[in-house]
Amino acid sequence: MSEVIDRPLLEEEKTATTRLRIVDCDVHPSLRSTDDLNEFLPKRWQQHLREYGSHLRTPYLFTTPYPRSSPLIARRDAWPPTGGVPGSDLAFMQKQHLDPLDVEFGILQVLDLFIFSQQNLEFGAAIQRAINDWQLAFWSHRDPRLKASILVGQDGVDLAIAEIERCAKIGEYIQINVSPRANEPLGRRRYWPIYERAQELDLPLGIHVGGYGGHPPTGGGWPSYYVEEHQSNAHTIAAQLASLVIEGVPERFPRLKIVFIEGGFGWIPSAVWRMDQHFERFRSEVPHLKRKPSEYVRENFWFTTQPIDEPDEARHLRALIEWVGIDRLLFSSDYPHWDFDDPRFAFKTPLTEAERRKIFSTNARAVYKF
Amino acid sequence: MARHIVASTSEIPPGGNKVVDVAGRDIVVFHVNGEFFALLNRCPHEGAPLEKAACVARLTSPEPGVYERSRVGEMLRCPWHGWEFDMRNGQSWFDPKRVKIRSYPVAVERGDELEKGPYVAETFPVHVEDSYVIVEV
Repeated sequence: MSEVIDRPLLEEEKTATTRLRIVDCDVHPSLRSTDDLNEFLPKRWQQHLREYGSHLRTPYLFTTPYPRSSPLIARRDAWPPTGGVPGSDLAFMQKQHLDPLDVEFGILQVLDLFIFSQQNLEFGAAIQRAINDWQLAFWSHRDPRLKASILVGQDGVDLAIAEIERCAKIGEYIQINVSPRANEPLGRRRYWPIYERAQELDLPLGIHVGGYGGHPPTGGGWPSYYVEEHQSNAHTIAAQLASLVIEGVPERFPRLKIVFIEGGFGWIPSAVWRMDQHFERFRSEVPHLKRKPSEYVRENFWFTTQPIDEPDEARHLRALIEWVGIDRLLFSSDYPHWDFDDPRFAFKTPLTEAERRKIFSTNARAVYKF
Repeated sequence: MARHIVASTSEIPPGGNKVVDVAGRDIVVFHVNGEFFALLNRCPHEGAPLEKAACVARLTSPEPGVYERSRVGEMLRCPWHGWEFDMRNGQSWFDPKRVKIRSYPVAVERGDELEKGPYVAETFPVHVEDSYVIVEV
């Protein structure tokens, strides 16, 4: 079994009175404006951004196709009193989120819309590099609780590898983030050099759902309603999980750690049961898989908790958590977005002290080596 | 229940609210269309501060394609997950039997009436020309 399952509780972690500080695996910082990137973006690309802007696989610049429930999908109480957009003011984030919720580590997940799916791959790489530097300068260096990720676009694999090498030398990044929606399903061989390097560097691969990347958000096409689209995060992750497992990524890279972020976890049991069932019937099609899909899922994948499905009966949530595996779940708040989870009230089912410690802290500490 | 003077009516503009500490409770008083409503300042779901909620209308639809707005400003939409509550009694819109915000009786009384009664706190400035919002807790 994985190192996480086997990691024994330390003596000081066993007492209920020991303070539980949380690791929040999904905190969203925002640019106040793209001018924030100027100091990290070569003049050539600043000029390009001014003159040509983004060229994405999605329509419309700097927008989602519609406002998604609330402006910038943010909590109404998360707009900083100093002005600016939610997630753009460190002092306010500290006061509203990090301090009161006793966040020991918060993992930054940058979502600004133009990062991952630039059609001009060199421009995309320049933006990713600037965002990676900005995460350190504007966030991690000003509050060491906040941890940065190496953002790379996997469709320019050589550019991605160069950026991973650059950031790995700096030594402050705790994972490699790739787009949840690249040109092709994530298990495809063309993306393997990134996975290989992630395994060698022992940096988890972070995949945060969202965006479109040119694909409709559901397998059936474009939905009419936000409530309909919001469901599709689960479908997207399930499809990428199947792609990664069945194309053989964990078979080829057995020490690669993959963290799915903001996809929730309610869909996992049936997706995994179905993969196992199909594997038994069609294994001659995928002889490169040496083990059942569920075994790869239990050893190579982790899932952040938000959004938590809320069944009417608490025991159903409890059963779900047990099916997914208490060692697979990493707490995430999604601050400052509208579907934020408060760690004090998010799990509407009883958890033991030891289980709380795993979900809120020790699982993430083992995955990210804090 | 004790009666507490929490604000003068002019302190809470229409569409606005004021958070008050009454007997150790964090209570938010809303002013909607000339009426005042007092609710616990905490969403029963995950505890979001309702002072940041949106005051919205009730939106109903008898059938797909037909939409009606009513009770404009009287529905409270939580600033986090968008749960909607009826300002008048704190009941949730989607599951009124099981989910509600604690609500408190509210009255508006003229300062000159209050002056005669026992409810004037020693330290509270009372101007007899104003009306005051009273919350019962």
